[in-house]
This record gives sequence, structure tokens and C-alpha cells, in this order.
Amino acid sequence: MAHEILERNQGSRDLYLIGILQGGGALARRLVSSLQSIEGRPVSLGTVDITLYRDDLSTKPSPPFLKESLLPESVDHKKIVLVDDVLYTGRSVRCALDLLMDLGRPTLVQLAVLIDRGHRELPIRADFVGKNIPTGRDEVVEVSLETNRESVALLRKETGRGSV
Amino acid sequence: MTDFLSSSHLLSIDDLSLDEMNGIFRTADSFLDLSSRTVKKVPSLRGKTLVNLFYEPSTRTRTSFEIAAKRLSADVINITTSQSSVVKGESLLDTVRTIEALGADGVVIRHPSSGVPEWISRRVGCHVINAGDGLREHPTQALLDLYTILKRKGRFTGLRVAIVGDILHSRVARSNIRALTRMGVDVRLVGPPTLIPRDMSGWKVNVAHDLREGIKGCDVVMALRLQLERATASFIPSLSEYARLYGISPAVLRFASPDVLVLHPGPINRGIEIQDEEAFHSHSGILDQVHYGVGIRMAVLYLLMAGQ
Repeated sequence: MAHEILERNQGSRDLYLIGILQGGGALARRLVSSLQSIEGRPVSLGTVDITLYRDDLSTKPSPPFLKESLLPESVDHKKIVLVDDVLYTGRSVRCALDLLMDLGRPTLVQLAVLIDRGHRELPIRADFVGKNIPTGRDEVVEVSLETNRESVALLRKETGRGSV
Repeated sequence: MTDFLSSSHLLSIDDLSLDEMNGIFRTADSFLDLSSRTVKKVPSLRGKTLVNLFYEPSTRTRTSFEIAAKRLSADVINITTSQSSVVKGESLLDTVRTIEALGADGVVIRHPSSGVPEWISRRVGCHVINAGDGLREHPTQALLDLYTILKRKGRFTGLRVAIVGDILHSRVARSNIRALTRMGVDVRLVGPPTLIPRDMSGWKVNVAHDLREGIKGCDVVMALRLQLERATASFIPSLSEYARLYGISPAVLRFASPDVLVLHPGPINRGIEIQDEEAFHSHSGILDQVHYGVGIRMAVLYLLMAGQ
């Protein structure tokens, strides 16, 4: 995926990877370290918490604490790659896009996801996809990027059982 | 509600557990980050309406609530009672029921009589936030005072805080004393005997009538406002004597801890409670209080009103 990103953007100049919390943070960090080792130059890394932008705040109880958004530099004039672990309805990406626009004016915004599980509810697609996995709405995709147990698991919502 | 706060109103500082207070501080941290952005608003309370209903004059509390609500994208309506139907004789309850029927999701209320916000909260369906009731409570002021102390000192445990001045008529002091002692702070009250309440049962505080003795070694000195509009002046021989005995000045602060933090809830009677502030500028947290107040009120509004 790192190679695809470099190819599409003709190198890592002005690239700024921003992970969508919770799931996108670790993946963005991994991608940045791959990009840096391929290109041999630093690539900016940030994370955003989209809680305040969610459209379901009025129907679901929201988490009490906001996770820390860390954006070491301005998004102005940058090529942003939004990073998330799973692309599902597209609503998180919509939140992240709104948030980015409130932060400044990036040159362009792309989307990288590890898993695309379908069931989009908004006209949003990913530019870079690790793997397409057809799923049912009654299933949950769990991604673990911890160093010793990297896994993607497909679980049934009710039973919590499934295949890895 | 976010399910985080156990009450759907904020009427008294006692409504909040220690966990809830610390949670409000953590949430305020995130909201203060927003103030450095170009677009300072987030859409979390979009479509909600907050009414500021103030039966007493106020600049900073009302403006602070208004800015906090607007940064969360709520619509804000300010009702100043001197220009409302209240002067035509409308009762308090009728006014609040009208506001609710107009579609308000929350009411921020300040009233000269103690207990009014609580009384209202039992009669309406929207969230009620106490912005000061009589001599009783001013919970968001206490939260922002504690938050300022936490930001400047980094902790509560082991701190010594002196509250100086008109304790008797101060709702700010009442809310602060309870919040600070629960956080494990050593609280001292300093003021002339006529301005210290007779009944202090339930308060774990020490009292001093001499300012230098009272603030000895204190990490924080919180000066209170002499509420001249409440005829406080009749409780003291003269303003100039009060200023001489209880005014916070660079000379007096030498008796406190070397890195003492000076707070004042505002508005300041300059030359009386606070003298020559420029001379102890680096010790003053008074503008920090205003700044942090917005973050605290955003956190309170968000935790109470986001969600249903």
C-alpha cells in the first residue's frame, strides 16, 4: 500500500498521513514508517478524533472522553492521506473530511484503508485498499495491528465467534 | 446525555463525583485545543438551543456560556430580564415554561434567590445549569477555578489554598470550599469576622482573621469580590480599611508561597481586593480563569447535552 501511495503521488513530497482514531492511528504510523524507509525522507503523521463530528451523537451515547487529536503541522497545502482500518458505511470518513476542512485547506485528500467491507451509505470510496472483504451487516471486522499478533477477524455480532 | 454524568442538570457542585469532575477537566483539555484552530467550531450540539436566563447582571459568565455553546454549534438565546416580560410581572415558572415551549434544550439560569435552579429543574424537561443562585452555588465557577489551579499547579493533593474576603455572601466560595476540600486541598478562609459565616458545619476549613497569617505558605490565594451591590459595605467599617487589611498586594504576597497563584472570580474592585496587579503579574491567574472557563463550560454543555 505504501508503494501505491508513493506511485500515485510521485514520491512523498508534501504527503501528510492522518489516522482516524481509534482504528486508523496504528495503521497510519506503520504506513509512515514504510514510506520513510522506502523514500529515505521524513513524512508527516497525525491523528484525529472525529467524535465531535459524528452524525449519530443525538441517537447514541457518545464516549465521554475525546481522544487526543495530534496534528504536528498545518494541513494547508498538503497532500493528505486519511487512514482508517476498516471502511464500512463511510460516515467516519465524512466526519474526518469535515474536520479537515475546518482545520485548513489541503491541496488534496486521499483515503487509504486496510479492509473495505462494503455497505457504503455515502458516496465515498477509498483510493488505496489493502483487501476487499465481503461481509454481512450482522458481522464485525476486528483488526489487530499489535506487533506479535497481527490479525483480521470476521466475527458474528451475536456470538462473537468467527474466522480469522 | 453522554451517559457520563449521572445527573441531567448541573445545580450544585455536589451533583458531581470526583470522577465526574476529573472527567470534565479532561474533556475541557480537548476543547481548549480547538481555540488554536482557524475554525473554532465543532458541530456536536448542532440543532440544540440553549437559553441564557439571567436575573442578575453578568458579563463573563453569560458571555462564557454563550461562546462555549456557539463553539459547539448550539443556537444561543440571551434573555436579560430587565428587557423581558419579567418586568410586566411574568412569574419565574411561567417564563421558564415559555422558554421550554419555545423549544429550548437547556437553560442556564442565574437568580438572586438561593435554590431557584433546583426548583426549576423539578418542573421542566430540559437541562438546567446553575450559573449562580443567591448565596448558594456557582458550580461552573468552582470547576473553572479548580481547573485553573490544576493547569497551573499540576495537582491538588497537598496544596494550601486561602480564600480571602467576603465568604459570607459568596456563592463562589461555597462551591469552591466543597470542591477543593473533596479534592484533598487544605482550605483556609480569611476575612473579617463579620464576613465569615457563623455556621460552617460540614466544612473542613481553618479560619484566620489576619491576612498575613492566613495566607502564610499558601500555594493559591483566591480573592473574592466585595459585593457592594449586596450592601456588603455595611458589614465592614470602611472600604479603605478593608483594602488595607485584606487587599492582595505584592507586599502581602511575600507571606505566601514563592510561586503563589492569585485568582479572582471577577469583576474586580481594583484597589480594594486586588492592588497593583501589574506588580505580581506572573502570579496572577485571573485571565487564565476566563480562558479556561470557556473550555470548562464547553465540557459541561457537551457532557450534559450531546445525545438525546
